[in-house]
Amino acid sequence: MNEQDQLMQSSFQTRQDHWGKLVSYFCITVIGLLVISIIYFIAARGLNMFIKDGVSLKDFLTGMTWDPTVTDAHGKPEVGAWPMIFTSFAVTILATLVATPLALAVAIFMTELAPKKAASFMQSVIELLVGIPSVVYGFVGLVVVVPFIRHLFGGTGSGILAAVTVLFVMVLPTITSMSIDSLKNVPKNYREASIALGATLWQTIYKVILRSAIPGILTAVIFGMARAFGEALAVQMVIGNAPLMPENLISPASTLTSTLTVGIGNTVMGTLPNDALWSLALVLMLMSLAFNLLVKLVNKKGVSRNA
Amino acid sequence: MEKILKCKNVVLKYGTKEALHGINMEIEQDKITALIGPSGCGKSTLLKCFNRMHLDDNATVEGQILFNDQDIYDPKEDMVELRRQIGMVFQQPVPFPLSIYDNVAYGPRIGGVKDKQQLDQIVEESLKQAALWDEVKDDLKKSGLGLSGGQQQRLCIARTLAVKPQVILLDEPTSALDPISSGLIEETLMKLKDEYTIVIVTHNMQQAARISDYTVFMLNGSLIEFNSTKQMFEKPDNQLTDDYLNGRFG
Repeated sequence: MNEQDQLMQSSFQTRQDHWGKLVSYFCITVIGLLVISIIYFIAARGLNMFIKDGVSLKDFLTGMTWDPTVTDAHGKPEVGAWPMIFTSFAVTILATLVATPLALAVAIFMTELAPKKAASFMQSVIELLVGIPSVVYGFVGLVVVVPFIRHLFGGTGSGILAAVTVLFVMVLPTITSMSIDSLKNVPKNYREASIALGATLWQTIYKVILRSAIPGILTAVIFGMARAFGEALAVQMVIGNAPLMPENLISPASTLTSTLTVGIGNTVMGTLPNDALWSLALVLMLMSLAFNLLVKLVNKKGVSRNA
Repeated sequence: MEKILKCKNVVLKYGTKEALHGINMEIEQDKITALIGPSGCGKSTLLKCFNRMHLDDNATVEGQILFNDQDIYDPKEDMVELRRQIGMVFQQPVPFPLSIYDNVAYGPRIGGVKDKQQLDQIVEESLKQAALWDEVKDDLKKSGLGLSGGQQQRLCIARTLAVKPQVILLDEPTSALDPISSGLIEETLMKLKDEYTIVIVTHNMQQAARISDYTVFMLNGSLIEFNSTKQMFEKPDNQLTDDYLNGRFG
């Protein structure tokens, strides 16, 4: 083989590069197709109720009664999802509100104050908490939290308060570990510069470090909310599963996810009760898309502010 | 001649490793003193001793550093107050991710200045002193991170000046900058020395020769020669200094 042929031939490395590219494009295509088909599937099923059964969007979103197996006086199915939508938001927002200050405090302690050994020990504890399956949280909620609330306030013990307690423990590690990451990303020399100007450690944390970490912390909070909003099993175990408008924090209620998990096995594909559940799934999916969009927006803002 | 900072047999150890071997020197008020020497000679380490910026590295300091005849390593000494008296500018320009105004107002604000008019005045004055006012006076609300490297460094100088320190420590403030920006900063420093004592670490011997009144030559954690800059660059007392200045090592 003469020199020119050798130069014209693609080398092993070039071919490797080529194949590598091909494999990653293939994987991306598969993931893209999966996402598109999931969205299509849920949307098609979820919209079925509105198209086929003529349920109006307004009745679905604002109706107060959820009982898809029966029809009301006008012959329309009872598919008011508002109690569940409300409960889902209530549980999510309350859990995040309680968890965020604590998560921030832990994150600040671990990044700024704790000695290295203590911090790495706590880090592994937090990672452990993230890894515990939700059924375990739900089970502990069922045998510990619910009886405790029943004992304290009477009633069944199931309800928003129990769900918030369980979700608080579940989202705490998520928000904490993501906040830690964003605090660690604050350039070390901000600290030095602030200290050199005569700032105390607290002034430095409060005025410089937290401020520059805000986009990351907001992302952490949104991820925490997304987790709380989407959690099905643990919530279902402690909330009471009564698709009613909650009267207070300890009356049995039901979230979108818990209604779905309870109902989906008991309905027949293609019937209205089944379609109604798919519509709930569609709401859930739209919400998770909204959370994702929010994260994107926050990060974009953070980037343009720091640029 | 007033000596504002005095080092008495300063020894600094990182754990068990000794990085400064008994430094003795005195820094004169309202003059520029330059610390020169090859990298790793301890000049930045010494500089950081002056406002106790050895933060989380496990450094221990022995000996005395007197600031206005007050031992700054006295356990009773208030470090926050000390750092307001002895400010520091770092090698990398580090504006906070805040507006230009808020960057300069940061020091006075944490010191308790709340009055808007007073803050405005401090900001304007400090930016003028740092020769940045004309370039940014219409953009005070814009982020400090949007400035060029040289502007950022002058912003950091302005931020330090806003606290009204007596001494300004600069740790290779121009090494990350282009020659034009460096020149501007040197000019700024020359103007500032009427009111401030300046201690500057530089790896650039010409810079030391251009701007400083006194020069300290350090090598391997020891002070080799302390002299007036003129004397040192024309006829140093020590052979090692002469060798270093003439590029025979380092």
